[in-house]
Amino acid sequence: MSTATLTKPQAKRPGRSGRRLSLPALLLVIAGVLVLTSAVRLITGADGITSTGQMSTALRLAVPIGLAGLGGLWAERAGVVNIGLEGMMILGTWFGAWAGYQWGPWTGVAFGIIGGVLGGILHAVATVTFNVNHIVSGVAINILALGTTRYLSKFTFEGVPQGSSKQSPPIDSLGTFDIPGLSSGLNTLNGKHWFLVSDLAGLVGGLITDLSPLTVIAVALVPLSWWVLWRTAFGLRLRSCGENPVAAESLGVNVYKYKYLAVLISGGFAGLGGAFLSIVASNVYLDGQTAGRGYIGLAAMIFGNWMPGGLALGAGLFGYTDSLNLRGGTTNVHALILLLAILLVFGAAYLVWRKRHVPAAATAVVAVLMFLWYVSTDDVPRQVVTATPYVVTLLVLSFSAQHLRMPKADGLPYRKGQGK
Amino acid sequence: MKKFDKERVLLAVAGPVIALVLAIALTSVVLLASDRNPFEPYRLMLQQASYSDVQVLIVNQASMYYIAAIAVALGFRMNLFNIGVDGQYRLAVVMTAVVGANVALPNFLQIPLLLLVAMGTGALWAGIAGALKVTRGVSEVVATIMLNSIATAVIGYVTLAHVWGVQLGNNMTTGVMRKSGWIPGIDLGADVGEIYGLVFLAILLGVAYWLVLNRTRFGFDLRATGESETAAAASGVNAKRMVFVSMVISGAVAGLAGLPLLLGDTHTYSLSFPAGLGFTAIGIALLGRNHPGGIALAALLWALLDKASPALDYATPVAYEKEIATIMQGLIVFAVVISYEAVRQWGLRRQQKRVGAELAAAALKNS
Repeated sequence: MSTATLTKPQAKRPGRSGRRLSLPALLLVIAGVLVLTSAVRLITGADGITSTGQMSTALRLAVPIGLAGLGGLWAERAGVVNIGLEGMMILGTWFGAWAGYQWGPWTGVAFGIIGGVLGGILHAVATVTFNVNHIVSGVAINILALGTTRYLSKFTFEGVPQGSSKQSPPIDSLGTFDIPGLSSGLNTLNGKHWFLVSDLAGLVGGLITDLSPLTVIAVALVPLSWWVLWRTAFGLRLRSCGENPVAAESLGVNVYKYKYLAVLISGGFAGLGGAFLSIVASNVYLDGQTAGRGYIGLAAMIFGNWMPGGLALGAGLFGYTDSLNLRGGTTNVHALILLLAILLVFGAAYLVWRKRHVPAAATAVVAVLMFLWYVSTDDVPRQVVTATPYVVTLLVLSFSAQHLRMPKADGLPYRKGQGK
Repeated sequence: MKKFDKERVLLAVAGPVIALVLAIALTSVVLLASDRNPFEPYRLMLQQASYSDVQVLIVNQASMYYIAAIAVALGFRMNLFNIGVDGQYRLAVVMTAVVGANVALPNFLQIPLLLLVAMGTGALWAGIAGALKVTRGVSEVVATIMLNSIATAVIGYVTLAHVWGVQLGNNMTTGVMRKSGWIPGIDLGADVGEIYGLVFLAILLGVAYWLVLNRTRFGFDLRATGESETAAAASGVNAKRMVFVSMVISGAVAGLAGLPLLLGDTHTYSLSFPAGLGFTAIGIALLGRNHPGGIALAALLWALLDKASPALDYATPVAYEKEIATIMQGLIVFAVVISYEAVRQWGLRRQQKRVGAELAAAALKNS
């Protein structure tokens, strides 16, 4: 097909820097970070940072963020900024729990998706049909979703056994499974605390231990999204609406239809993320359960350069730093300070090599300060652990934001026939 | 050119009026769908609003909403989305409370110091997002959202017992502030309550906002950058500098948002301080169309819904769910943005028709 050549993601435009990590280089960097992490673990004795349990928790925390990010990806690839993801997730948690406790968890998942789609319809009507500013409409959805779910909880969960206006009755579990043999073997290997081997075992083992079927589905949705968006005619048309709707229109693409579909799918993903929170991550709906994950999903998507793989990496990074909150965070984050200091030294060396001496000196100073902080304390205050995911997101974004390219017509209003 | 354009006034009023009617109608539909009387809650809330003690609560709450919404509107005029007003305001309140509890100066120095601390903290927190946007290209939406969460962690740390936290009753607070930093209110009698003294600061800020935006070079540059960055750059405006400066100013104003309550009533920070004010303020700024007068009306409406709705839970003989007020607020924002856009397009079409008719008439006369 001739479209195949067109669908290939454009190689980075020859901008100022024009460099892009190739796959081998990226793998090398990841391997390097793993080796470093392993070394830091041996030095600090903070075995928790790569334990199976830690990785398993990280995956569980990453899934809703990744799903929200996928939701953002679908909408923004069609040119609609969706900051209402948070509200759609809230709808997902509520609808998922409401249907889940009455008719079983799988029905709950389906209703969670429907809840998110309802939010998506609202967003699509406002942004596509009425051309309302996308962020404004998103903020309104967030307010409305919060009010609606609180109002509905009063009618549905209050007075039901174990339910209240802020909490739903418990939902049955979807069940979990391990990969027989492999999971326990890797767990034992992880317990040996060998250099690198145990860390790898922890990483892989964490990803295949105590899996929920919904986690598997969610992870599978990442490559699926990529395939649909970049390897099918449907995806090409959808993305063309986000890059240049006027050109798409001239080729006979019904831009409104694709934008509507994209926003509805986006809402469905966010709703699924919400349902995951109320059905898998815990087993009840709680008021305020999403805790800003929709926004963080959006950040993960931007971090991932509007691509599914990058988005998954961002969600994983966030899920990992967030998991430190739940498991021995104060010592583990303390160990990560050393890792950060070492990474900064490498960064400074790289900057010297590029003959950029002032930033190099600044980076070196920060590295020294980090190292002093590490040496002079035994652990960090709890609050530092709480803030870690957000600080890491900000740091990563500030290093990568200039290499990002968003869909060209993202967030811009579009009227049929405006190009004439 | 006519100074008073009837058409423009009509269009400006039509938006909010249509929106309110639509929102009320939709709320009634929600009430009907949940098997409730579709009109009774409005009557109950209006009745509440006629009591003078509730009115005082409304004015006090509205003053905080107003300041926060002005902070948001400043960004909006510049096409900047300062979603971080919430974090900026909370962090500023905490810092002000800490300084107020640990520094003792005479009254005429203490209060300006506290105001400066609040503005400085807010400006600093917003400035981080501004600097990241200008130097590293990080979207201010994402950066301010992250900074909101980081502010929560910072506040958690500051209120720890070995830092500046003080246990008062069951609450972890920052300790009671020195009396010299308290701002007296207008006492309207024991059973009515006090209007915060800083309500006047809110009014002053509204006037200053209007003056700066409409009567200064800076305001012109700001609005120009908001309308079209390239056009502004062509006329010599440094867009990056404008982004940073307006973010800092927005943060400084946001820092003041919590002070009416802090200096007028609680005199200490505790976890019971209202969160989410910054998000509410976004809705209020939208409803008020970024206009100081409009924002004032919107803030009062919002505060009315907030303060008149709790009584719905205890209404006799039939109680209503107070959450209906939140739904109504969400519907109002929605209805507002949609009706503004619809009215704007309708106005554009009318204008085009009129211009077309005039041109046709002129062509007819010439032929």
